[in-house]
Amino acid sequence: MKLNNLLGVSSALCLCASVAQAQETNEVEQLRQQLRQMQENFEKVQTEQHRQIEALTQKLDALSKPSSAEAEQKKLEAQLTAELSPATTNPPAAALPAKSWSLTDPIPVVRAGSAYMNLSFDALMVAGGSTESDPSSQLQLGDHDPIKNGFSMRNAELALDGAVDPYFKGFANIVLKLDQNNETSIELEETYVQSTSLPANLQVKAGQFFAAFGRQNAQHPHQWAFVDAPIILTRAFGPDGLRNLGVQGSWLLPTPFYTELFLSVLDGQGSTAFGFRNPGDPDNLGVDRFHGRATVSRGLRGPGDLVYVPHLSSSFDLTDQQTIVLGTSAAFGPNDTGNGLATQVYGVDFYWKWKAADAHEGYPFVSFQTEGLYEIFQAGADPTAPVPLPAETLRDWGFYSQVLWGFKPRWVVGLRGEWADGNSGAYDASDVYRGERTRVSPVLTFYPSEFSKLRLQGNYDHGELFGDAYSIWLQLEFMLGAHGAHKF
Amino acid sequence: MKHIFKILRPQLLFLALLTLAANASAKLNVVVTTADLASIAAEVGGDAIAVTTLAKPTEDPHFVDARPSFIVKLNHADVVIEGGAELEIGWLPALLDQSRNDKLVTGAPGHVNCSQGVPLLDVPATLDRARGDVHAAGNPHYIIAPSNAKIVAQNIAASLAIVDPPHAALYTANAEKFRAALDAKLIEWQKTLAPFKGRSLVAYHDSWPYFAREFGLTIDLFLEPKPGIPPTPAHLAEVIMKMKTENASVIIVDPYLNRRTAETVARTTGATVLDVTQFPGGLKGTEGGYLALLDHLVNSLATALAEKK
Repeated sequence: MKLNNLLGVSSALCLCASVAQAQETNEVEQLRQQLRQMQENFEKVQTEQHRQIEALTQKLDALSKPSSAEAEQKKLEAQLTAELSPATTNPPAAALPAKSWSLTDPIPVVRAGSAYMNLSFDALMVAGGSTESDPSSQLQLGDHDPIKNGFSMRNAELALDGAVDPYFKGFANIVLKLDQNNETSIELEETYVQSTSLPANLQVKAGQFFAAFGRQNAQHPHQWAFVDAPIILTRAFGPDGLRNLGVQGSWLLPTPFYTELFLSVLDGQGSTAFGFRNPGDPDNLGVDRFHGRATVSRGLRGPGDLVYVPHLSSSFDLTDQQTIVLGTSAAFGPNDTGNGLATQVYGVDFYWKWKAADAHEGYPFVSFQTEGLYEIFQAGADPTAPVPLPAETLRDWGFYSQVLWGFKPRWVVGLRGEWADGNSGAYDASDVYRGERTRVSPVLTFYPSEFSKLRLQGNYDHGELFGDAYSIWLQLEFMLGAHGAHKF
Repeated sequence: MKHIFKILRPQLLFLALLTLAANASAKLNVVVTTADLASIAAEVGGDAIAVTTLAKPTEDPHFVDARPSFIVKLNHADVVIEGGAELEIGWLPALLDQSRNDKLVTGAPGHVNCSQGVPLLDVPATLDRARGDVHAAGNPHYIIAPSNAKIVAQNIAASLAIVDPPHAALYTANAEKFRAALDAKLIEWQKTLAPFKGRSLVAYHDSWPYFAREFGLTIDLFLEPKPGIPPTPAHLAEVIMKMKTENASVIIVDPYLNRRTAETVARTTGATVLDVTQFPGGLKGTEGGYLALLDHLVNSLATALAEKK
C-alpha cells in the first residue's frame, strides 16, 4: 500500500518535472529565437553603418583632396553627424542580445584585454591517507604536499599578472594554506617585476621569485604532474623550493636554437633558501638547528653571503612532434651551521615531449622528465648538541624520473620513480632530510576541463628511517578567472 | 697575387658574410601563429617578407605547445601576426614575454592582431564557464570567412606599411590584389553553394559560424555539448534527433578533432563525414594557400551536400 502510494507520488513528481522541462525547453527555444533575431538586427545595423562610414570616408577623401576649404569640411561634418545620428541614439550596446542583468546572473568579470591584469584563483586540495600516522613527519616533506591523513589544502593561490607599464610586467602569487589544525597561514610565494624592453636580449626579474634551477623548482604546484614535490628537490631546497628575494638576469643567446643563460642573485636567508643562511627549526629547547647543528644567526656581511644561481637551458625540436629541453644549474652560498661554511648544489635536467601532429586539445602526448641533483654541504661542528656533532662535509645526491602519457583527451597516466642517498653523517639517525630513500608513484589525472582536475596517486615509499610506507592521495584542483599562459 | 688573396682572405670572408647578412635581413621577418594567416601574409608581403608559421596546419590552434624554439623565432622577428580574440591566449603571451623583442609588444605596429575591425560573433553577454570554454572576445575562428580575410589582409598591409615604409605601396597594392581575387572567387563560391542555401550541417566544435553566415548555411548542431567539453551519449542522442528534424546529413570534422565520434553519429543517421580544415595544408589539396583552401572547402561541401539531398 505504502509502496503504491510512494510510486504514485514519485510518478506524479516525474510528470511535473517533465512538464516543467517541456515548458523550459519551449521558453528556451523562444528566447533563442529572440536572441537570434536581435543578433541579426544588430548585425544588419552594423553592416549598414559600416557601409555608410565607408561611403562617407570615400566622399570625404575625394572632397578634401582638391580643396581643404573649411566650409566644405563643416558641411561634411554636419552631414556625417546627421547620417550617423542613429548610431548615437541607438548605440550597439543597446542592440546587444544582452538581457538586463538580474541578481541570479553571474557577474560579468574581467574580459581579456579589458582589464589591467589577469586575475585568477587556484585551489588544490587532497584527500587520502598513508600507512604512516603523520605523513608530514618523514614522507611528505614538501610544503604543498598532503600533510595529514584525511583532508588537506596546502595551496589556494591568488595569481595576478599584467603589464605594469611599457617597461615592466608584474606577477604576484599569494598562497593561503591550511596547517595540521586547519588554521590558515599565508605566504607571499612570488612577487616580482620582469623587464620587457632591455637591449641585447637581456631580461631582468626582481622581487621574490622561484629561482631558475632545473625544471620543476620554478613551477607552481598546480603545474606539477604529481601531488607532491620530488624527494631530492625537498632535500636540496627544502619544503618550499629555492625561492627568495633577489634579482635575476637572463640572456637569450644568439644561437640558432634556444639557449638561455640565467643568473639569480638571492638574499639567501630563511627557510626558502633551505641549505643556505637558514636558521633551521627550533628543537625542544627552542634552539634553532639545521642538520642537528645549532645555527649561528647572522646578517649579511657582504656579497659573498648571497646565494648565486647560474642556470643554462637549451632546447631543440627533434621533429615537428618532438621537443627536448636540456639544462644545467648550480647554487652557491654560505650556510648557517658555522662560520665560513659553504653549500653547493648542482643539477641537470632533461625534458622530452612528443605530441601527435593532429592532437585533439593537446592529446595524445608522451613526455619524459628527469632531474638529478648533487649537494655538498659543509656542516659545522656542534660539540654542545645532545649528541656532539663534528665538522663534516655532507654529500647528498638523487634523481627523479617521470613519464606521462596523455592517452586520450583529458586523461593522463604517469609513473614517477625517485631515489636519493648521501654519504653517512653523524646526525643521520634523526635527519629526515638524509639517508637512502626510494619512492615509486603511479598517477592518473582526469581534467574535466582546462580549469579543473582530479588526480589519483599512489606512493610506495622506502626509507632508511621508516622502512616501507604506502599512501594514496586524491587531489582536486579548480581554477577561477584568467590565468597567465605557462612556459613549455 | 696569390699572396695578396691569402692575406685578404679573412677580410673577404668577412665581407662575404656581411653581404650575406645584409641579404638575409633585406626581407622583413614575419612570424605568424597559424597557417591561414601565413597564407594571407604571404599574399600581402610578397617577396618583401619572409614568413615563419608557428602552429602546424593540422594542429588545434588553441592547444599549441609553447616550444622554446618559438622564443628564438619571435626574438628574430620584425613582425608577429596573430588571430587574436583569445585564439592563441594559451601559448602566445608567455612566448612573447620570453622573446624580449620590443618590436612585438602589444600595441606596437609590429604586433598585428588581425581580429581588429572584424565583427566577431558569439560575444558572450556574461562570462560564465559553466557554459564551457567560451571566449570573452567572441568566436575567434573568423578568418575562414572570405569577407573577414579581406579585413585581415588590410590589417596586415597597414601594419607592414608602418614597419617597412619603403614597401608600403607594395603591401597596399598586394592587399588590394588579394581583395580583388577574393571578390572574384567569392562570386564563384557563392554560386557553387547557392543550391544549398539554408541547409543544415553538423560540426564537432563551434568554429564555423562565420563560414556558415558567408555562404547561407546553418551550422548550429555540434557534437560537443559545450565548447571544450567532449561529446556525451545523451548529447549525441539529442543531436541525432535534431539532425533528423533539420535534415542535416553532413558532419564536418577538422583534422585535430575526434573523427570517430562523427563516424558513430554518421552510422546511426546515414550522414556523411566530411573532412574540413581552416588551415591551408590541414588537408591534402589545401596546400596552395587561402584561395585553394576555400576552393577545396566549397567544392567538397557542395559535392557532399549534393550527394545527400
